Amino acid sequence: MSVIETKNLSKIYDEGPIRVHAVNEVTLNIEEGEFTAVVGPSGSGKTTLLNIVGGLDRPTKGSVKVDGVELSTMNESNLIKFRLENIGFVFQSYNLIPVLTAKENTEFIMLLQGAPEKERQERVMQLLHEVGIGEQADKRPSEMSGGQQQRVAVARALASRPKFVLADEPTANLDSKSAENLLDLMLMLNKEEQVTFIFSTHDQRVIDRARRVITLEDGKIVKDEQR
Amino acid sequence: MILKLAWRNIWRSKRRTAITLGMIIFAVVLSTLMMSIKEGMYANMIKSTAGDFSGYAQVHLKDFWSEKTLEYAFEIDDDVVKILEEEKTVDGYLPRVEGFALAAVHNITKGSAVLGIDVEKEKAFTNLHERVVEGEYLLPDDDAILIGNGLAKYLKIGVNDTLVLIGGGYQGRSAVGKYPIKGIVKFGSPELSKQLVFMPMQAADMFYGTNGLVTSVILKTASGKKGIIAAKHLQKKLGDEYEAMDWKQLNPELVNLIETDRVEGYVFMFILYLVIAFGIFSTMLMMLAERQHEFGVLVAVGMKRAKLAVMVWGEIFILSILGSILGLICAFPVCYTFYVKPFRYGEEMAKMAEEYGIEAVIKTSLAPEIFIQQAVIVGILASIIALYPLYKLLKINAIESMRS
Ligand SMILES: Nc1ncnc2c1ncn2[C@@H]1O[C@H](COP(=O)(O)OP(=O)(O)OP(=O)(O)O)[C@@H](O)[C@H]1O
Ligand SMILES: [Mg+2]
Repeated sequence: MSVIETKNLSKIYDEGPIRVHAVNEVTLNIEEGEFTAVVGPSGSGKTTLLNIVGGLDRPTKGSVKVDGVELSTMNESNLIKFRLENIGFVFQSYNLIPVLTAKENTEFIMLLQGAPEKERQERVMQLLHEVGIGEQADKRPSEMSGGQQQRVAVARALASRPKFVLADEPTANLDSKSAENLLDLMLMLNKEEQVTFIFSTHDQRVIDRARRVITLEDGKIVKDEQR
Repeated sequence: MILKLAWRNIWRSKRRTAITLGMIIFAVVLSTLMMSIKEGMYANMIKSTAGDFSGYAQVHLKDFWSEKTLEYAFEIDDDVVKILEEEKTVDGYLPRVEGFALAAVHNITKGSAVLGIDVEKEKAFTNLHERVVEGEYLLPDDDAILIGNGLAKYLKIGVNDTLVLIGGGYQGRSAVGKYPIKGIVKFGSPELSKQLVFMPMQAADMFYGTNGLVTSVILKTASGKKGIIAAKHLQKKLGDEYEAMDWKQLNPELVNLIETDRVEGYVFMFILYLVIAFGIFSTMLMMLAERQHEFGVLVAVGMKRAKLAVMVWGEIFILSILGSILGLICAFPVCYTFYVKPFRYGEEMAKMAEEYGIEAVIKTSLAPEIFIQQAVIVGILASIIALYPLYKLLKINAIESMRS
């Protein structure tokens, strides 16, 4: 079944002197277990699309369903709750709370979900080992490299057992080695744990490893290829 | 976790925290010290004008205090004695006959208050004998008087001179007499010093024709507070026929003076705290701006905005409470020092103070209310200031915040 379903999704920015169709009539299905890259030139609407699909932003028109639930009509506090329970996020940078350690950052989400102490401890350590940060569990973000921070962000995104993980240019601030490692990690999680990933990127090497590539131009899907 | 997060966030920017704490400590120390000095001064004033001389409470026949005539003289009968002795807040009592007379020497005259006193009891309760600066204190059967230093100066007379008193006695009689001055008594308050004349009760009985009746019973209590309680209790027990008044009712001008001064203190404190509040507010705005992105991430990943708002509100609140506790810790030793070792004014200031009937010392007050008040004010202020981020964060938008 489709984990994400959009229909004629549009986002129009009308504030400036000209109307911008950031997302233009996008109809799209994403199935469970996909590893999908959203690509396209700067300003093509990648971030806008991911934000709408992630319940962070609202469409001007059209519908977006996650796991069969319509998001566009949900009120703000229900959306927050929905995000907490269904969607994992990895942002471009500064994902983590500076005053919390890697372990605490990961645990935080589960705490918000109200998971019991024992389950939290087990899952957090397991996740940190999986992303290769077991040794750094007690370090704060400022004591870790950018790549390590993004790995912790992935661990945090997974901690809540989301339906899918959204990552907007997760490798943009990483050197090529760290970017590759992060992608390896995501692929591994996708294969072994069937985690659904949707990410946007500019990086050709990252694009090459995606199994589905959706290309946007001026807010429209111009290409959608499976590999 | 939320608490831990708040606590760590407080120490995240040490400099900002230090500045905020410093401002709060400064305000708390300054206003605590000011209040402590003021309250100490009031206590001193109350003690020297009300407590020492007129007692923290008095009993009269009803309406005596407003009418001030000898027609309200009464006998301290056994019932009254019993009630007074049963009242636990009253440590002792002493009778006085208070009337008015014209004091004359040669061709100078001055209206004065002539008090018949129980010589021994005054000595024990009000230390009147210690106020004698010239001559000697009275004996119970003396047919002589003590006069205030202000009155002596006005009439240009001294010890061993004779003073003629002409006034109205009990039940329309005239009261006339000639008395040698046995001593001069000193009163801080110019009001009192310019009009007081004391004579032993026995002599007063003759002068006024009161024959053992009194107009006032001065109650000895441990403190002003106890005096207020005593007056309340006694009024109930003595009934409508009598009036039991506390020092506030007896000295409305003094109460007025203190209240006015206290309000001035509050105004100063208000301005001080307002300045501090603006300081805290601006550092808080900086903090909010710096952490905008972080707040955005938190809401994006699913933290309820209310939770976030409470967390930040808590940070500011904790910081303020911490500041006010530290402030109190700093202020207390200073207040305590001036409490144990009162600071004496310089010569000039001392003279001025004494002319106004105030003892020339700064003795602070350690009343717990002063300290509690400061903590409460800072707490309330902080909560109010923290309402701003509370409001902002309740409306925060994740993507807009993350874009910054
Ligand atoms: N808040 C906004 N107000 C007005 N216009 C906006 C806003 N956000 C995005 N846009 C516009 O919408 C279009 C799509 O922006 P978006 O950020 O989705 O592109 P993108 O593909 O993520 O670009 P990039 O690769 O640079 O991240 C752009 O033309 C952008 O200027
Ligand atoms: Mg983008």
